[in-house]
Amino acid sequence: MLLSCPPAWWRRNNAVTGMVNRITPVAVVVAAIMIIWYGFTVHLNAPWQIDRYEKAGTEWQMRDLVRDTMAQERPVLPAPHQIVAEIWKTTVKKKVTSKRSLIYHGSVTLSSTLLGFVMGTILGIGLAVSIVENRAMDKSLMPWIITSQTIPILAIAPMIIVVLNAVGLSGLVPKAMISTYLSFFPVVVGMVKGLRSPDPMLMDLMRTYRSSRLQTFWKLRLPASVPFLFASMKVAIAISLVGAIVGELPTGAVAGLGARLLAGSYYGQTIQIWSALISAACMAAILVGVVGVISHLTLRRMGLRA
Amino acid sequence: MSEDSNRTPAIEADRLCLTFDSNDGPVHALKDVDLTIEKGDFVSFIGPSGCGKTTLLRVIADLEQPTGGAISVNGKTPEEARLAGAYGYVFQAPALLAWRTIERNIGLPLEIMGISRAEQAERVKHTLDLVGLDGFGRKFPWQLSGGMQQRASIARALAFDAELLLMDEPFGALDEIVRDHLNEQLLQLWKKTGKTICFVTHSIPEAVYLSTRIVVMSPRPGRVTDIIESDLPAERPLDIRESKRFLEIAQRVRNGLREGHSYD
Repeated sequence: MLLSCPPAWWRRNNAVTGMVNRITPVAVVVAAIMIIWYGFTVHLNAPWQIDRYEKAGTEWQMRDLVRDTMAQERPVLPAPHQIVAEIWKTTVKKKVTSKRSLIYHGSVTLSSTLLGFVMGTILGIGLAVSIVENRAMDKSLMPWIITSQTIPILAIAPMIIVVLNAVGLSGLVPKAMISTYLSFFPVVVGMVKGLRSPDPMLMDLMRTYRSSRLQTFWKLRLPASVPFLFASMKVAIAISLVGAIVGELPTGAVAGLGARLLAGSYYGQTIQIWSALISAACMAAILVGVVGVISHLTLRRMGLRA
Repeated sequence: MSEDSNRTPAIEADRLCLTFDSNDGPVHALKDVDLTIEKGDFVSFIGPSGCGKTTLLRVIADLEQPTGGAISVNGKTPEEARLAGAYGYVFQAPALLAWRTIERNIGLPLEIMGISRAEQAERVKHTLDLVGLDGFGRKFPWQLSGGMQQRASIARALAFDAELLLMDEPFGALDEIVRDHLNEQLLQLWKKTGKTICFVTHSIPEAVYLSTRIVVMSPRPGRVTDIIESDLPAERPLDIRESKRFLEIAQRVRNGLREGHSYD
């Protein structure tokens, strides 16, 4: 029995080798970043630390300096383990309802990210369809869409918040609108390309079947655009998160990862800033990953090799 | 079918012209093409690239608009014929939709034409059998070889039972062994269904092997230089290509092509 199994064993062994092969480069890069980071932690935090030693008149050695620069309360650059400890303290050790819980703040940001992303995707698809199906729209809309992205979001975000507040919209929706403002763009660009992707031969084919515009759209253009849509959505969800964080800055820093960043910078809480930053980056990675998985499953279901 | 419609030629072109405007001045893709194709004919269009053979096929299919002369398909204008579903078109590439199974690709024209689901299934099955692809209906295009994909695209063109089959170098991208095999199958299909077939090719043996009539064309301006009636027997095994009569016809096609070139 066992003798008949070498292929399976071989495969499993290969899978392990494959894993090692994939993880090794990532691990090397992470290790390199860590070494550089710790180096800079000591270097950047040293002047303040030395200053303190001198004021207190303490004798110090290199090992004291290394130890103390990694344990400051408001370091110029916190050490990675300080950030990890802070994230641990504010996620696992805090109640979710607490105003100091990163999970609470993260969920606030996540909800406006997702709302903004959904609105941005729908808006993007809608605009792309009208651009592809209508020549006048193509000529008139596209320049404005491109112009919209040349305005720095930091400049326009407070305006959007203020204007929407004036018409009685506050809370989640204005923040989500900023995410929408950023995320519709890649969807429009990708979707226009996708809807125009069918080969002229396929367009001719549909013509020989006397297919109506609507039929050509549903049966040819739309399915052909799906891979393009997902590629755009991966970009869109990441910048939706950026939009949500930027949108939290001018609201007076009440809740959300953006609020944590702002509060941290008011009080010089660099560890708090960095932990919010790292959480945002992890959230972005997870969101892009989720879109990637949905994309893979959808395309495979459609019979496309994804 | 009434007697009257039987006497209408499948395609009739009268001094057909098509001129494209380009940066280097007008290009005469077709000039004064006169042609009559009877129902049930297997007609090949042969000539070097740029001779307008594909353009002529596209005019018949109402995919290009002629700039002069007249053309009728089944006694109607090409547009009316297209709207009546008078022809099936097979392109150079299989042009299958990657996200549809072979079955659903063949069912595509039927869906668009609003044929009932039950009848769709029946016709898809029938045409799959006809091109020898039974059992492959549930596969996606990328799971099939190039030759099988092209057969699926022929099945799709046959699915709605048009009388006319327009084929634009359908086997041009396939290797010679597959090509021979498909040529044989296409002949059998033509005999079984009695359709009128217009077949564009640049291979002399392919044209002679398949056709009842061979239309030789030449470029600049695109025009018909010779129309050859083939008197090869209806039953054509592949080795007919070594017979004396076959080689004579092939020689005449070759001469026709050469004369066309001497204009330059």
